[in-house]
Amino acid sequence: MSVPVQASEAADYAIEVEDLAIRYHGKLALSRVTLQVPSHEIFGIIGPANSGKTSFLRAINRMDLMTAGMEVSGSVRVEGRDVRSWRNPYALRQRIGVVFPLPVGLPLSIYDNVALSSRLRGTRKKADLDVIVERCLRRAALWDEVKDRLDSLGSLLSGGQQQRLTIARALSQDPSILLLDEFSIAVDPVTTMRIEEVLSELKSEMTIVLVTNLVQQARRLASQTAFFLTGELVEVTETEAMFEGGAQDPRTTAYVEGKFG
Amino acid sequence: MFEATAQNRRNLKVEGLLRLLFLWMTCMLILPVALILGVLIVRGGPAISWEFLFTQPMNNMTAGGILPALVGTVWLVVVALIASVPVGVAAALYLSEYAPDNRLTRAINLAIINLAGVPSIVHALFGLGAFVIFFRFGTSILAASLTLAVMTLPVVIVATRESLQTVPLAFREACWNMGATRWQTIRKIVLPNSISGILTGVILEVSRTSGETAPIMFTGAAFFLPFLPQGVLDQTMAMSLHLFVISTQVPDVPEHMPFGVALVLISMVLAMNGISIAFRVYLRGRKKW
Repeated sequence: MSVPVQASEAADYAIEVEDLAIRYHGKLALSRVTLQVPSHEIFGIIGPANSGKTSFLRAINRMDLMTAGMEVSGSVRVEGRDVRSWRNPYALRQRIGVVFPLPVGLPLSIYDNVALSSRLRGTRKKADLDVIVERCLRRAALWDEVKDRLDSLGSLLSGGQQQRLTIARALSQDPSILLLDEFSIAVDPVTTMRIEEVLSELKSEMTIVLVTNLVQQARRLASQTAFFLTGELVEVTETEAMFEGGAQDPRTTAYVEGKFG
Repeated sequence: MFEATAQNRRNLKVEGLLRLLFLWMTCMLILPVALILGVLIVRGGPAISWEFLFTQPMNNMTAGGILPALVGTVWLVVVALIASVPVGVAAALYLSEYAPDNRLTRAINLAIINLAGVPSIVHALFGLGAFVIFFRFGTSILAASLTLAVMTLPVVIVATRESLQTVPLAFREACWNMGATRWQTIRKIVLPNSISGILTGVILEVSRTSGETAPIMFTGAAFFLPFLPQGVLDQTMAMSLHLFVISTQVPDVPEHMPFGVALVLISMVLAMNGISIAFRVYLRGRKKW
């Protein structure tokens, strides 16, 4: 892995975004976003539907390349390096794990779901893969439930299990950044709490960006929280302050108090 | 107490009448199929025997069997498959998985639709000009099969693309997000979950070419040949042309013979369709999501 040039001055930030704007077929979806995500922290993003949260995540791992009509302007730096300077966007994406709102169990066995990313990178040895699969399933709090049926289809697990499978798959990439997009939408409250515990442990190893529609989830987990509203970044504030009435913008206070959205 | 209004009663009546009408139309659809099969079996059935299937035509095609035509049709269809499937599947993969939505893609899509609309006799003349004369394949199985391949290419592409599109976008996105290239995604997820559907569609479409007459008439199918083809550069007899010939061009053919040829031809197509449907049923049983 190459060491980024600006690493020394920018090492504290895993992601730095400057004047980011995103358009779909020319129509503005998100604009004027400037923020920094500190390393090894959970960074929350809250905001109502259509505020540009998902688009923001897609700009970080360069999914604009795979999305027809999506244009990104401004700069996004991951570990000090502009994502557009990666000549191989696949290498960039391998370092960034992503979890979607609806769980995506690929139509492969549970084992193959978790081993996929390693195999794509050329790991072939069964022994190595076994270790990776067990470690990632354990960390996603799924191992005990599936260890006796690793050969059964991942796409046939229950919703909550599939979401943990998706998280295990993201962890198998050994990512330095984990992007979570409203992961708890299709998950029961008990599973949500278990995943939240896992996330709190994971932040010692990676930076986590948590997009959530549950403001209390941001409060429980995130050290800083950004508030997005109709395609704009309203503010970034220490999470506790935001919930204790210390928000800079009255709209933020209204939103976290449940007065709209 | 709820009471049906006049409007409710009218709706109910219209509903019942339309249902009957649609049922009647559906039965009309089955009628020709049943009639064709019935007539062929009754009148062509007596002609069918091992001897009919596996011997040469005799006495100026008024007696004997249909072996060269049967073998020739198999040759034509198999070579056409070999030519059209790789090209068609590759094109469908490009259009479904890689192509950006731009002018070129739209032009290609338009070309495919138009290619599907070209009459078979025009394909025949194209095949004659391109494969027989320009590429100097002569009138041969190769030229005839390539003509058939060009003709079926649009349907192969469309069938394949439809099959690829049944794999949800979410699966592709999950793979891309973990750093898989488009090809890795196709190989690991998209193809394994659509390959059987692709094969099914392709078999179904290509089996239809076994009945085509015009495209092979000028390019490789012969009126009468007393021997079997030895390679792709030979001419060959074919079932469809043979049926045309003994029905219209040769005097004194016993009546049961054309019906027998037609019955064998339609049985070949139906057998292919049967395999195709069995495949589909089998697949439905092990759907993975």
